[in-house]
Amino acid sequence: MTKSGPLGWLIRNPIWVFVAIIFVFFSLSTDRFFDIANFRNILVQTSTIGLIALGMTLVMINGNIDLSVGATLALAASVTVDAMGWAVFADWGNWQILPAVLLRLLTGVAIGALNGFIVWKTGVDAFIVTLGAMLGIRGLVFVYTQEQSFFATNFTYSDFDYSSVLGVPTLAIVFLVFTVATHILLSRTVHGSNTYAVGDNREAAVNAGIRVGPHMVVNFVIVGFFAALAGITLSTQMGAATPNLGREFELWVITAVVLGGTKLTGGAGSIIGTFGGVLAIGMLRNGMNLIGVPAFYVLLVLGTILIFVLFLDKQLNRQGDEEIRL
Amino acid sequence: MTDTAAAGTILRLEKIVKTFPGVRALDGVDFELRRGEVHALMGENGAGKSTLMKVLAGMYQPDGGRIHIDGLRCVLPTPIAAKEQGVILVHQELSLAEEMTVAENIFLGELPRSRFGFVDWKVLNRRVGDILETLNVDFGPRTKVNRLSIAKKQMVEIARALTHDAKVVVFDEPTASLTDAEKTVLFDIIGDLQERGVGIVYISHRMEEIFRISDRISILRDGSYRGTLVTAETDEDEVTRAMIGRSLDLSRTSDARVAPGEVRLAVRDLSCGKLFRDVSFELRAGEVLGFYGLIGAGRTEIAETLFGLRRPSAGTVHLDGEAVRIGSPAEAIARGLSLVPESRKEQGLVLGMNCRDNITLPQIDRMTSGPFISGAREVEIYDKYQARLEIKAPSWRTMVKNLSGGNQQKIVIGKWLSMAPRVLIVDEPTRGIDVGSKSEIHNLIRELAASGLAVIVISSEMPEVLRVSDRIAAMHEGRLVTVFERDVVTEDDLIQAISGIGEHAA
Amino acid sequence: MSRVETETAASGKPKEADESAPGPDTNRTLVQILSSQGILIAFGLFMLGFGLFSERFLSLENMESVLRSSAIIGVMALGVTVVVISGNLDLSVGSMLSFGTVMVVDLHDKIGAAPGIAVMMAAVLALGCVNGFLVGILRLNSLIVTLGMLSAIQGLTLIYSGGKNVDIDPSSQDTTWFKVFGRGDIAGLDMPIILFGLLAVILHCIVAYTAFGRRVYAVGGNPTAAVFSGIRRGRVVFSTYVISSFCVGVAAIILGSRVMGSQNNVGQGYELLVLAGVILGGTSLLGGSGSIFETVIGVLILGFIQNGLLLLSYPYYTQWIVTWFVIILAVWLDIAGKRGRLFSPIA
Repeated sequence: MTKSGPLGWLIRNPIWVFVAIIFVFFSLSTDRFFDIANFRNILVQTSTIGLIALGMTLVMINGNIDLSVGATLALAASVTVDAMGWAVFADWGNWQILPAVLLRLLTGVAIGALNGFIVWKTGVDAFIVTLGAMLGIRGLVFVYTQEQSFFATNFTYSDFDYSSVLGVPTLAIVFLVFTVATHILLSRTVHGSNTYAVGDNREAAVNAGIRVGPHMVVNFVIVGFFAALAGITLSTQMGAATPNLGREFELWVITAVVLGGTKLTGGAGSIIGTFGGVLAIGMLRNGMNLIGVPAFYVLLVLGTILIFVLFLDKQLNRQGDEEIRL
Repeated sequence: MTDTAAAGTILRLEKIVKTFPGVRALDGVDFELRRGEVHALMGENGAGKSTLMKVLAGMYQPDGGRIHIDGLRCVLPTPIAAKEQGVILVHQELSLAEEMTVAENIFLGELPRSRFGFVDWKVLNRRVGDILETLNVDFGPRTKVNRLSIAKKQMVEIARALTHDAKVVVFDEPTASLTDAEKTVLFDIIGDLQERGVGIVYISHRMEEIFRISDRISILRDGSYRGTLVTAETDEDEVTRAMIGRSLDLSRTSDARVAPGEVRLAVRDLSCGKLFRDVSFELRAGEVLGFYGLIGAGRTEIAETLFGLRRPSAGTVHLDGEAVRIGSPAEAIARGLSLVPESRKEQGLVLGMNCRDNITLPQIDRMTSGPFISGAREVEIYDKYQARLEIKAPSWRTMVKNLSGGNQQKIVIGKWLSMAPRVLIVDEPTRGIDVGSKSEIHNLIRELAASGLAVIVISSEMPEVLRVSDRIAAMHEGRLVTVFERDVVTEDDLIQAISGIGEHAA
Repeated sequence: MSRVETETAASGKPKEADESAPGPDTNRTLVQILSSQGILIAFGLFMLGFGLFSERFLSLENMESVLRSSAIIGVMALGVTVVVISGNLDLSVGSMLSFGTVMVVDLHDKIGAAPGIAVMMAAVLALGCVNGFLVGILRLNSLIVTLGMLSAIQGLTLIYSGGKNVDIDPSSQDTTWFKVFGRGDIAGLDMPIILFGLLAVILHCIVAYTAFGRRVYAVGGNPTAAVFSGIRRGRVVFSTYVISSFCVGVAAIILGSRVMGSQNNVGQGYELLVLAGVILGGTSLLGGSGSIFETVIGVLILGFIQNGLLLLSYPYYTQWIVTWFVIILAVWLDIAGKRGRLFSPIA
């Protein structure tokens, strides 16, 4: 069933067929879709989910999952906005953003490391570990913020999302740069190869001497980093961190990654696919908004597409009629 | 030990002890390997061969004993440490990452790096290309492993042995799924390694291979060392006696052979895609029909098709003269078919369930009184088959995962006998179980046939098919080559038939 | 109880040291749960601890309050337990609860309480059938399917309500018999608790004592072996999702009746609390093990954590942080016991 050439590539990456269909559909439906400014918009809007999806792809190829990304994002955002108000940094002017952002990334990295370490040392399934973390970290956010929103008083920070380099929004650039970097990490480096190996056949990876535990921790750290980074997009857009920030992001992110063809059981997937999944979601939200469909239809369509892609993937990978029917 | 012998020694294991919770897997095992020697390691399943080799490969840490490589005492905390010391373990298949390329698999865990942790694909593909050339295979470094046949995957596994300047290479049942041509290549490679002074440890159950390539044979039984024999000075019987503590009686003296009754099962031109084609045979009441062939020859697939697990693409099946179409196992069971599947752990048992619940699983609907299951009736059935098959379990409440392989297999057999089938299909009935249980199961199969049951036995072990069958169907690449009568067939006939030699000659 | 299990039975001699074998066991008596499950002991210590700090904690009144507040999550957890035993997940129960509650409240004023309940149950069961068809018959991965359904049902709820919250006409709130499910009581015992208890007993009997229940365990324990034993796996899985959706329907009736209104996203996040309760009870996500009884314990632990922390005047969301630790600890100790060592052997 495996074909080479463009057709084979599309069979293995059916998401890009969807991207093309969605693209053509909306381009024909409304004039406002096929427009450079709108494409920029889509990139900025998707950069949040997109960044997390990059890290999630690594974790899921590893055969793990991280449900705590939304909560991580919220905690990191609260820490940042809070830290900018600390008296220590009061005289730093715009430089106060720097320690705040570093602190934010550190928070994400720390939570990722914690999740990864628990998965490694206890042997508890990542689904359960991060399910617990998702609840617990969200609880931390609520307790930490006392259920209040924090507002950034530094406008350089909150105006960041309007900034651009050579006409391309900074946030879009950040997203694209990290997409390329993660793609290279996954497809060209030893760490990337090991990521596939661990998810594909963990026993073989152990036998081959790959240090599976620390390896998985690294990928959890990466997704924690991206979750914290993605919070920048959100909290700069809003100039505030609400305790509910990033809620259900894990669902959007996992949807994007699975749409992009990453296998839940691990061992298969790609950043190119994930990028397609992220774009599909972004274009769908944007396009449906432009043609005036109420936002909640997007949820219905998205859920349906997710299940349909799964179905399609199953059909395309069948071994024909001679397959054993279990 | 003389000085010269010591100088030729490349590996010495002394008094290796390894315990698992409740089991002493290795009990002070000694082992010595010389340069350029093929040293066979033999023993029954569970004798500790694999455990010993995993200790050697750094996958297990011994609880006691010493490892000397090249005269130096070594500690091997990880598989990588073992590889660095020049010890390479070639696993029995299935230690491959299926979605990855051949090259990545061969260098798994030690991909060549250029700067910044990037994989040096050029070096990787060149080195793998060279290795594959010596192996004389028809796939390249960039082929994905999941596109290869089992035999070719085995060759990939073997290729791993050639990546290092190995001092010791351990082959763990390397020929289980190889064709004769591939075996020849493997033995050539082993010869090359020998010439380079590499010590080879060769684990296999196949006597003919052991006697063909090994220099010495060491034997393990129940986790302890039972001595070393020089191959040229011993014979199969001596090895067998060392392995099991007595001679193996392969004769069929005790069999009561009944005259076969009417035709129970008639299969005509049955095909299933590329798995098997135009298979026809008849099975009579009171007879055992053996299916013999290499792995992948389509035997198991025929059984699965008869049992409703696969949809045939052509052909007919008659049960007791009536044409039937079986679309699911539930229908097969209703028609009086039973299948003891190939893999008891994956297909035969729910390991986390107790013995009773496993045995009554296919007929649980009949076990109810009112809306609820009647535990007493279940226990009745369990007790009956526990006694009849002599299942050694503390009670019906014991989880089947806590039973030995032989008793697990008896649970599966009991499960299907309790269905009172008209046709019983048994796939690899004695794989991975000890010799004692093996002969019990063989006797049971003969008894069942004598009581009028029609039985199909699928097996990859020639002594087994010869032992239990009345007729033997030899399969080669999805075709049924010939059906032999047990009393006239020779081992050579069978080997030729399953390797397709007879076909070309004819 | 006919299903008894002596866990310690030393059997034969295990020839291969199977270190990775999952250890779901289906048959335990109360005594063995006590001896084998640290969670119950932890639960006891926890109750004792809180009891020492707050005398109200162990009062009958407080017990009833915990039970009452756990009833909705509890009812949903019963159904999800059946799904999880069969080796699947149901993440769509939260948005299904929103859907059901909005529908039953909305229809109350439009077509009356009884027809409203009937239509809502039919709709929710239909959603359960969709889940069951996709996972059971088409064999799609349950995590993704129910994730997709989570999103899709959320969309359906918003489309149905037009994005607005719904209420039962305030003038009829005190007079409608519909209030009995959330606000009524029998002999002083609150109706939600009675419904939770009743459903728990019924489902326990189905799961533990019927042929269907046995098949659910078999499919969860080893789906391949179940099929080889003639079990129609698709039908079993399909049924578990129908049961799960039925429980969600009951929860929606209780919730709608208690609140007499509903927000569109009232069930948001419930899927995780429900799953937390199931996991805490000791049901393995791998399938093939667990029981309704254990889930009731798990849900009660969640309820008591919440209640106890509130009584000690910790911030409301502290319970989530504590739940985080408790879930991981519970599962960790469970697998540590099975593998015979505290830390995973993976390097």
